[in-house]
Amino acid sequence: MTKKTKLLLGGGVIVMALAYLINSGIREASVYYITPSELKAKGGAVSDRSLRLGGMVVPGSLHWEPQTLKLTFRLTDGKEEVAVEHTGSPPDLFKEGAGAVVEGKCTADGPFQSSMIMAKHSEEYSPPKEGGAPAEHIHRTFMKPQRTQ
Amino acid sequence: MIGRGVERAMGIATVIGLAVGLYSACVYAPADAVQGESQRLMYLHVPLILISYLAFFVVFVASILYLWRRRRQYDAIAQSSAEVAVLFTALSIAVGSIWGRPTWGTWWTWDARLTTTAILLLVFVGYLMLRALVDDPSRGGTFCAVLGILGFLDIPIIHMSVVWWRTLHQPASILRPGPSTVALDMQVALYANLVAFGLLYVYLLIKRLQIEGARDELLRLQMELLG
Repeated sequence: MTKKTKLLLGGGVIVMALAYLINSGIREASVYYITPSELKAKGGAVSDRSLRLGGMVVPGSLHWEPQTLKLTFRLTDGKEEVAVEHTGSPPDLFKEGAGAVVEGKCTADGPFQSSMIMAKHSEEYSPPKEGGAPAEHIHRTFMKPQRTQ
Repeated sequence: MIGRGVERAMGIATVIGLAVGLYSACVYAPADAVQGESQRLMYLHVPLILISYLAFFVVFVASILYLWRRRRQYDAIAQSSAEVAVLFTALSIAVGSIWGRPTWGTWWTWDARLTTTAILLLVFVGYLMLRALVDDPSRGGTFCAVLGILGFLDIPIIHMSVVWWRTLHQPASILRPGPSTVALDMQVALYANLVAFGLLYVYLLIKRLQIEGARDELLRLQMELLG
């Protein structure tokens, strides 16, 4: 293969990837997640398509069963709440009162079945407050949790 | 074009700048209250992408000047700046991805900020390939100038993407209307690294322009000998 053929092939791949990204990527990204209100407004129109739901984790709604790795919580946009069910551990920044985006499917009358949780954080950066807990999750971020047996 | 003395001074300034930047990022700045130590990756991620915006702006201006004045020097500047810009953008995406894994819980997601940045990178990887593809330097320069101008228009879209659309990526902390949302010590580290990577960009640009100059000289000599 000559250099020119290689470059043409590579260029073709790039052009196709760009066309795909601009066509479907932007359209999908422009509605990256829907809010609990928007999900409720859709009513019974539950589809098999997976979607993203974004909101704040309602304080007091978070339950974690270590044996089954089952995580349940509710997401709110201030107006409506949606119950979410997830299996597996969430990212470190996921907590009550914080923003989260979940990917999954909306079931007919059960909770939203999440297959992935992403933590959304604010654009604020500051050192820990005086007397506040030190950033404990540093260790959780970089080290495996210690097994206490 | 650029004296040896200036070049050497730039190199020394870059090394000092990067050392100060590294110290301010790893030692001087405090760990973040929410994210902990991983937030320090911001001091690489943000300066890299902001300097790459600057480098793409240089491509934009040099491309317009090349189409207008047709001077080889403008084309050389556009080409050199685009190469550094692609490197910085790719590094910024890589660092952001490493940061996103512990923070967001994912390496990558197709939200508007990440998608438009991926488009920018792809357009300019294509730009570099287009340059290598066209044999006639003057025609290649013209094609690339047009692509360079069009590609740059993605940057305002990237910047506004977190305002226009719902994204996982957080809104701007520094380049925003109203006061910054970053603690003062962290801002110091951020600006120190911004200056350091700005110096690195200028230094790499000088070096790359010298290569371009040497290549032109070689071509001229070949023509002279053969022609």
